[in-house]
Amino acid sequence: MDRALIRRALGDKVQFIQGDDACAYGALLAGCNFFAGYPITPATEVAEQMSILLPLVGGCYIQMEDEIASMGALVGASWTGAKTMTSTSGPGFSLMQENLGYAIMTETPCVVVNVQRSGPSTGQPTMGAYGDMMQARWGTHGDHEIIMLCPASIQESLDLTIVAFNLSEQFRTPVLLFIDGELGHMRERLVIPDEDELELVERPMFNGQGKYLPFATDASLVPTFAPFGSGHRTYVTGLTHNEQGLPRSSSAEIHDKLVRRLADKINNHRDQIIRYEEFYADDCDIAIITYGITARTCRDVVEQARSKGIKVGMLRLITIWPFPDDTVARWSECVQAILVPEMNLGQMIHPIREAVAGRCKVAPLFRIGGEIHTPVEILTALEELQCQLC
Amino acid sequence: MSTLLKPKTAAELRDVYLRQEMMPTIFCDGCGLGNVLNYTLWALDELQVDLDQVVFVSGIGCSSRLSGYVNADGMHTTHGRALSFASGIKAANPNLKVIVFTGDGDGAGIGGNHLLHTIRRNMDMTVILVNNYIYGMTGGQSAPTTPIGGLSTTTPYGNVEYPMDICALALALEAPYVARWTVNQPYPPIKSIAQGIAKRGFALIEMLVPCPTAYGGRNGLKGVEAIWQWYRENTVLLDDFEHIMEFGTLEEQEEIKHKLKVGVLRDTERESFEERWAKLVEQVKL
Ligand code: SF4
Repeated sequence: MDRALIRRALGDKVQFIQGDDACAYGALLAGCNFFAGYPITPATEVAEQMSILLPLVGGCYIQMEDEIASMGALVGASWTGAKTMTSTSGPGFSLMQENLGYAIMTETPCVVVNVQRSGPSTGQPTMGAYGDMMQARWGTHGDHEIIMLCPASIQESLDLTIVAFNLSEQFRTPVLLFIDGELGHMRERLVIPDEDELELVERPMFNGQGKYLPFATDASLVPTFAPFGSGHRTYVTGLTHNEQGLPRSSSAEIHDKLVRRLADKINNHRDQIIRYEEFYADDCDIAIITYGITARTCRDVVEQARSKGIKVGMLRLITIWPFPDDTVARWSECVQAILVPEMNLGQMIHPIREAVAGRCKVAPLFRIGGEIHTPVEILTALEELQCQLC
Repeated sequence: MSTLLKPKTAAELRDVYLRQEMMPTIFCDGCGLGNVLNYTLWALDELQVDLDQVVFVSGIGCSSRLSGYVNADGMHTTHGRALSFASGIKAANPNLKVIVFTGDGDGAGIGGNHLLHTIRRNMDMTVILVNNYIYGMTGGQSAPTTPIGGLSTTTPYGNVEYPMDICALALALEAPYVARWTVNQPYPPIKSIAQGIAKRGFALIEMLVPCPTAYGGRNGLKGVEAIWQWYRENTVLLDDFEHIMEFGTLEEQEEIKHKLKVGVLRDTERESFEERWAKLVEQVKL
């Protein structure tokens, strides 16, 4: 797609916009030329923005009949070579699970934005929450790995959407970008990156040498791509398949090899995928480990607590999956306690506890109902923790 | 179009169009799916379609295995969702021809909502929906097409539900091309599939085929010939139907009134989604 055209479609360099729109902007900058979606609060604005932008740059927007169809359309479009995205919220994300698994199995690049709201079921459609963190990891059936990113600001919603596309292309796998109703609808200053600031990654393409084996890989464990219509006559199936793509669903050996490779291609490249932000990592007794919008409140509280003499540090997870357990383990060796504020009833605290492995105390601070944690609430929790440690 | 059936032998068709590594097929003896594949190959050959530019898409079920047998790009997707994937392929690259193989359970049962909306959008694709009145792959459970009273593993005392008329749905949603054929007559379906592939917009070809394994035997139709005979007795060509309704005797009319009409039920023009989208982009593109 014409990069100058994309830049023109987005308008002013500095804008005051909401997180949903920032995701759409990021997608366009990343080269997204196909969006399929279904309206759902609080993610609808992503689709609306894409429906405005894509025709301006010659892309395709299609509103599907449901989220199952949206996810299917993404995969189909991606196999023609398109860069594809959809957006949804909890109930829709639930509906996407089967086809998300198909995208994993068939190594199809695509980006799924989930603007989370409270569940279970219809829950609180207009309120933010982080209740889908574990569904993201384990929602689709079978053994698999997933890549998921969690921005904490409007700017980061744009920046990480671009990263999501890059990771998705590089590893040929669906990438999830999770924000929440608060970030989705909150407005902040956004600076649109210039052309020379953008680093875009494209999926590895078949170089035309020899016979094309659509699922054969080199040491990267990522197969090369040839789009439908390129004459290679590729067969894509969700069944266990060999390097040629043909079904071999009764072979234990082929299944084992395939499913382990799909996991390894992500796990072997954790260094390239995992992102986080650390504050006072070398100088704290208590750590806060958090992510998403909650991290914003926590960041302020860290300073307040330190001014009161509580030596607090903070680890903000940006990549949620694959989980940065080495990093969490390293923190657990240096602190006496870890506070885990989450906008759910305890989801990321489980992999955190697993990584900590009993080396220090892990204290929950869960809040649901749609409101974000208050600074006082977090500060009080830190003070209590401090008392318990003395 | 006088060369409808070129004298290509079955072996020649196989060599040109089939993915040899996928042979033999999974189909049972007497299954009608092989016929549907055969007719589709004849139609492709008739049109001299460039197979490099065709994508065969399917869902899950016996009929959905057909996509893998044709030596072209193919996508064997999730149960009921073939049309969603196919819509993504076609919308993202309108130059590709998309042909979908699906079944009654896959296409009209679990995938019914996608069928409805893909027709409504008038996506430019050919859908060959193979209707055998049963879920074959899972061993013979009742489908949305199983006749009232039909026996299946999940309607052991007879089906109480009304079956759906898939072509009537397509007609109601104004699909530009709708046809229904029985598998025992090869020539009309070949011609019809070719028409469907050549059609701009959504073409539905419903093929009634025997599933001797999971439906026929259980329902008093032992062997393929019995099922073919059932088709002869229970269907009427659209042309004959119209002729008899206009000129036939009351008895003749009474006899055919409740029979299933086969033939080209609609053949008209309607702008496809891709054409309309391209026009919109033309208008608003910066
Ligand atoms: S079960 Fe029925 S539909 Fe399936 S292959 Fe056998 S005969 Fe054909």
